[in-house]
Amino acid sequence: MSCSKPSCQSGGCNKYDDDQQPSSPTKPQISINGGLSDLNRRQTPQNPNVCVKCKLNDAVAGGVAGGGEYGRFCVDCFRGSLFGKFRFSVTSCGMIAPTDKVLVAFSAGPCSRVALQFVHEMQDKAQKNLDASRDKSLPVFGVGVVFIDESSVRCVPTAEADKAIQHIKSVVSDLATPEKSLHVAPLESIYALNPTDGKEQLRKLLDAISDNTGKEDVLSHLRMLCLQKVAVENGYTQLVLGSCTSTIARHVLSATVKGQGYSLPADIQYVDARWQVPVLLPLRDCLAQELNMLCQLDGWKTIAMANGSQSGINALVSSFVSLLQEENPSRECTIVRTAGKLTPFSFNRLPDTDDPKARLASQKRQKKFNIKSDESNPLESFCSLCNSPLHPSDSSSLGSISSDQPSAESFDATFCSSCRFQILPDDPSSVDQFHSLLPQAITSRAAISNGTCDHRVLREKIQDFLLSDSDDGS
Amino acid sequence: MKICRECFYDVFEEEVHSCIIDNQLFKPGERVAIGASGGKDSTVLAYVLSELNRRHNYGLDLFLLSIDEGITGYRDDSLETVKRNEAQYGLPLKVVSYKDLYGWTMDEIVKMIGLKNNCTFCGVFRRQALDRGAAMLKVDKLVTGHNADDIAETVLLNILRGDIARYNLYFLGTRIPLLPLLLHFDNCFCCETLTVPFTYAYFKRLDYFSTECIYSPNAYRGFAREFIKDLERIRPRAILDIIKSGESFRIATSTKMPEQGTCERCGYISSQKWCKACVLLHGLNRGLPKLGIGRSRGHDNDECKKEAKQTTEGKEIQGKPCGTLDF
Repeated sequence: MSCSKPSCQSGGCNKYDDDQQPSSPTKPQISINGGLSDLNRRQTPQNPNVCVKCKLNDAVAGGVAGGGEYGRFCVDCFRGSLFGKFRFSVTSCGMIAPTDKVLVAFSAGPCSRVALQFVHEMQDKAQKNLDASRDKSLPVFGVGVVFIDESSVRCVPTAEADKAIQHIKSVVSDLATPEKSLHVAPLESIYALNPTDGKEQLRKLLDAISDNTGKEDVLSHLRMLCLQKVAVENGYTQLVLGSCTSTIARHVLSATVKGQGYSLPADIQYVDARWQVPVLLPLRDCLAQELNMLCQLDGWKTIAMANGSQSGINALVSSFVSLLQEENPSRECTIVRTAGKLTPFSFNRLPDTDDPKARLASQKRQKKFNIKSDESNPLESFCSLCNSPLHPSDSSSLGSISSDQPSAESFDATFCSSCRFQILPDDPSSVDQFHSLLPQAITSRAAISNGTCDHRVLREKIQDFLLSDSDDGS
Repeated sequence: MKICRECFYDVFEEEVHSCIIDNQLFKPGERVAIGASGGKDSTVLAYVLSELNRRHNYGLDLFLLSIDEGITGYRDDSLETVKRNEAQYGLPLKVVSYKDLYGWTMDEIVKMIGLKNNCTFCGVFRRQALDRGAAMLKVDKLVTGHNADDIAETVLLNILRGDIARYNLYFLGTRIPLLPLLLHFDNCFCCETLTVPFTYAYFKRLDYFSTECIYSPNAYRGFAREFIKDLERIRPRAILDIIKSGESFRIATSTKMPEQGTCERCGYISSQKWCKACVLLHGLNRGLPKLGIGRSRGHDNDECKKEAKQTTEGKEIQGKPCGTLDF
């Protein structure tokens, strides 16, 4: 699972390398010289700069100092190892089936650029297989690209935003066939209003949040809602994010600091199916430095969006992790690996598909790497704002709410304690107004979770009349 | 929260009191040792506990228990403070020294192994020394001045070094061996943390010792300390949130926990054949001080596995750099 685990590259990219370099001149040489000299060769490489894998080409300059493995590999092996990690996560979780339609969230930054490229390469390969196969039984999965335009909240000049969108269009159109459709969705489109009113509503919502960290977190929740909206409206079955080890390590610490230790494992798995369209994180095992390096090596232009400098908890955590990473290049991996030991939720794997073909294709591998999730409680309740599973102590307050209480109060009750603190207004009287500023996607979710809560209350009421499991009617 | 000095005393003392009552920490007639280093946390703890014992008639026999690590220029001075506290609060003091227990002072250990890993020795030895001292005093319980900052720091450090399974041990208190309980300040506060004992000690003009340990150049732990202080500046409740996270982590029931056994060498509680202190001591006596220190070989992965495997007593108690050590 972790990127420093040897099995994760060798298993994944050996095959890839075979495709790339079918005739490596070193191999015959080894067989002629025999086992002993082969051993010597491994122990004392003549050239310290030679790639540790193919032992043929020079390793990428730059060294291991920044973390990642590009200092030990040559360009081809480095690319192969990254793609191997990507493919390992895709195949081990059965992320993409032939009948799927995958939406890649693209921000024009290096991580999502690599995600897009790798998904494209995978599709390209599937297409070639289809062309070569006789029965054409397995279709090629579809790929789309989505860009969330946040210029309205980031105060980006229109010219710059247009330039970014132009760049994204050219990136997507430059990818070879099959053609990928590009969706550009402004963040305010989560409101079912016209753009101007939507912008206004969004601005009001953000103004109503006093905590800077809360503001940032709300923005990222809204971004996810927006991605989901695009995915649902266009019939996509999977949403791929470019979150890498470095991003996830930061999330682990910031979630811990915000008191979200319970829900943390939900966010850091390869698969997160609590959303209508399941979210995939196939680059979970790649470091940001590695992805950056790959973009540089392959000349993929990336642009850093004016994302507004982070402040507050998130920025603090980010600089802390960077500091630790400098001191020990494997620190980010260690953090993610540690958090990976926490028990995932039942929704951290893809729901079983009805398509027998797709199931067959992924079954074999899935069996091997099936994640152990907590099956005992599949009925989690979720925070209506950040959609994180609620700790039993948080959600127990839910059950006590009777349905005849005013809507604002019961709405409040479906927040996790972290959202309550950093996002909800302190003054209880302004909660109602805050409620009115939220997009419908959130308020309807709140209504649904309140509905399940009513269900529970109802169940309690009729408890005496329910048949218990041990009562088998005899 | 803005309160005047007198109310601050009241609020603080009341919080400690209700923590003791709510959690039924003590029974009348019990003998209780207070781990005292002379630093602010343990000084405040000693003062408040003796005060509350008198005020609310807990009926406790209180003792001060200090560990003398044998660090010239640091522990000898702080021990002087504890001795003054002994007189000020009228609590009998017991000093247990590394030299007596293990035959080594920290000065001698540092001379042998240098300034790397020295805190490992100190932390492991101190944890056991506290228990042994408590056994000598025949006390029922041992209380320490760990505050929320220390525990938050432990939670973070555990994530950073790959030990998720330690949380359970720490928070459920199953690792507290001979003595059933440690009193943690984190139970008592709802807002300010580290600053509370400090402010309290400062205003009450309590006699405490504040110098960093001369042997604790632990940059890594220092990062975490700094980070927590920065966090507290932005969001005071972050420290309690970290503890909350640590307590609500979903740890698989299948995660292997060390089993409690006894050390074949010294009979002290241990999860392994030999307790960690014996392993370290054995290494010292044989002139192989690296023995038993997980970091000496292997790369990061093995190291973490090994470290997790070697989970033995004491590491968690190292809640802070030796600098301000209050047990």
